[in-house]
Amino acid sequence: MTQVPDQNGRFGKFGGRYVPETLMNALLELEEAYLHYSKDQAFKDEIHYLLHKYSGRPTSLYYAERLSAHLGGAKIYLKREDLNHTGAHKINNTIGQGVLAKRMGKSKIIAETGAGQHGVASATIAALLGLECKVFMGEEDMKRQQLNVFRMQLLGSEVVPVLSGTRTLKDACNETLRYWVSHVDDTYYILGSVTGPHPYPMMVRDFQRIIGDEARKQIITEEGRLPDYVVAAVGGGSNAMGIFYPFVNDDSVKLLGVEAAGRGVDTTQHAATMTKGRHGIFQGSMSYVLQDEHGQVQPAHSISAGLDYPGIGPEHAYLKDSGRAEYVPVTDAEALEALQLLSRTEGIIPALESAHAIAQTIKLAPTLDKDKVIVVSLSGRGDKDVEAIMGYLGVEKHESH
Amino acid sequence: MNLIDTAFARLKVEGKTALIPFLTMGDPDLATSVAIIKTLEESGADMIELGVPYSDPLADGPVIQRASERALLNNRITLRDCIEVAEQAREAGVKIPFILFTYYNPIFQFGLEAFFELVKSKGISGLIIPDLPIEEDGEVRQLAEAADVHLIPLVAPTSNDRVTRISRKARGFVYCVSSLGVTGVRADFHKGIDDFLSLVREATDLPIAVGFGISSREQVARFEKQCDGVIVGSAIVRQIEEAIPLLNDASRREAGLKQIGDFVASLKG
Repeated sequence: MTQVPDQNGRFGKFGGRYVPETLMNALLELEEAYLHYSKDQAFKDEIHYLLHKYSGRPTSLYYAERLSAHLGGAKIYLKREDLNHTGAHKINNTIGQGVLAKRMGKSKIIAETGAGQHGVASATIAALLGLECKVFMGEEDMKRQQLNVFRMQLLGSEVVPVLSGTRTLKDACNETLRYWVSHVDDTYYILGSVTGPHPYPMMVRDFQRIIGDEARKQIITEEGRLPDYVVAAVGGGSNAMGIFYPFVNDDSVKLLGVEAAGRGVDTTQHAATMTKGRHGIFQGSMSYVLQDEHGQVQPAHSISAGLDYPGIGPEHAYLKDSGRAEYVPVTDAEALEALQLLSRTEGIIPALESAHAIAQTIKLAPTLDKDKVIVVSLSGRGDKDVEAIMGYLGVEKHESH
Repeated sequence: MNLIDTAFARLKVEGKTALIPFLTMGDPDLATSVAIIKTLEESGADMIELGVPYSDPLADGPVIQRASERALLNNRITLRDCIEVAEQAREAGVKIPFILFTYYNPIFQFGLEAFFELVKSKGISGLIIPDLPIEEDGEVRQLAEAADVHLIPLVAPTSNDRVTRISRKARGFVYCVSSLGVTGVRADFHKGIDDFLSLVREATDLPIAVGFGISSREQVARFEKQCDGVIVGSAIVRQIEEAIPLLNDASRREAGLKQIGDFVASLKG
């Protein structure tokens, strides 16, 4: 496929920069700085050092033998992004952007968060690099993810509750952009996914592609060949883009994005942007959007706060419409089942986001021969979700004495 | 000739600055929006910005966000409704030019060609799309030109060398953003505001108007000498918000409209 994005930030017809003029200068400055430093060896060395020594990369590619045997089909490998420092792939991006913010001379960072994973990863890098940090989080999500709220505060960040609109990730993104407009002089916005205006979709992909770069090498070492499938959950789509990207030109490798179908794609409560959305402009770029017939963006629903988003990164829209990747929905119930199965067969409690990718793998693996290979992005660990899962599974909480 | 051009030409002869109020369509309901538009004209408005409510108004502060939420939640206002308000206001005798203020996605979903056909047929003279910078506006600009609808661009204190490029593409007037941030009442403007306005003035022969955060007679007066127009948004939307209990009560509706009208008249000085 051709090199994307082009110089206007276009992935085919998708992407671009649909933002108020007040932000244009900041985005152009950011693009210029990123293009400059991404060629700078000292910059690359610093990021490499932190990824290895601080976050613990490379993460392992683990053969899930018991899960594979249980399903009785293809061999399943898990790319263990849950083993990163802070428990998810989000830190790959915040290390990159944090170091960039510092190079650009910004002393303050801001970030949006849904499940809290990107917020925690931003708060972590802010603490490490001595930057002041504000994280914008929807009030609803703050309730769902109290532990992560406290983690961010413990790391020295301020968590700003977002009371507008849906009070979830969508409006946390709006509020962060609005705050950025007012504080553009000294503040760097660490956007957490491959969404938003150019250059974010490109830059975040570049910082996350290490997932796929490592996985590609590792699977060749393990199996002597490329996988047949790469499977990843998509909300905004950063872990999926990170693992897909290095395989995009490997035509034999099928790329499968798994989106949140919530209570079902035939209900109004889902986040199945690719299955049920249409082309549209949302939060700075053209992509698929969950919207009504008049172009009003619809609230999304998922059991997973990290997938609860009515948009998706423009490069995913490009991969979908060009037929290079396929996107399928998985319901809340299927994700919960998958989470329990992985916990019991492999002793790994995945994040609810990652459980969606596992759920699709559970459907896919038995349909394939035993010599086929699936690589799944296990984007995060489930510790943050344990309390919520107790609620969903109806486990009684009792006081310990 | 486009009504916006006619209005600015007349004001120039009279040595006056245009007062351009903004209101969110359908807040509290469409019929009241028409009545408010009539009141605004009678109170001295020279043009009116018709705001289309949107689920994700990135450039707007809390006051306009709340108005949009009310309009969408209570009345399910659509882009078509907002455009048709222009026609209803004309039928009610309103003469001043209408400028539609809308985010891009509702237009994109409506279909660009159908949108411009409707806009033109309902007597709208100008268009502001806050999330469509010049890099992305090629097709819209072309259709706007063909329909003789002025696509009015925003320039910001941070636009720097973009000011010239943006002004060159402008039609109708150049909308100068007074301060960095979202719409909403504020005490201070950007510290380089005067240099910024001079820069825009040099870059274009078109009228220039200033907006974002202007809410009082003093602030309007501050800009009257430098600008050809002053846009007042959130302060009026807030007046409407405060008047909703009156506007929704048939016996006190006139009092509610008068309250809004008095505020606008006070801005004129």
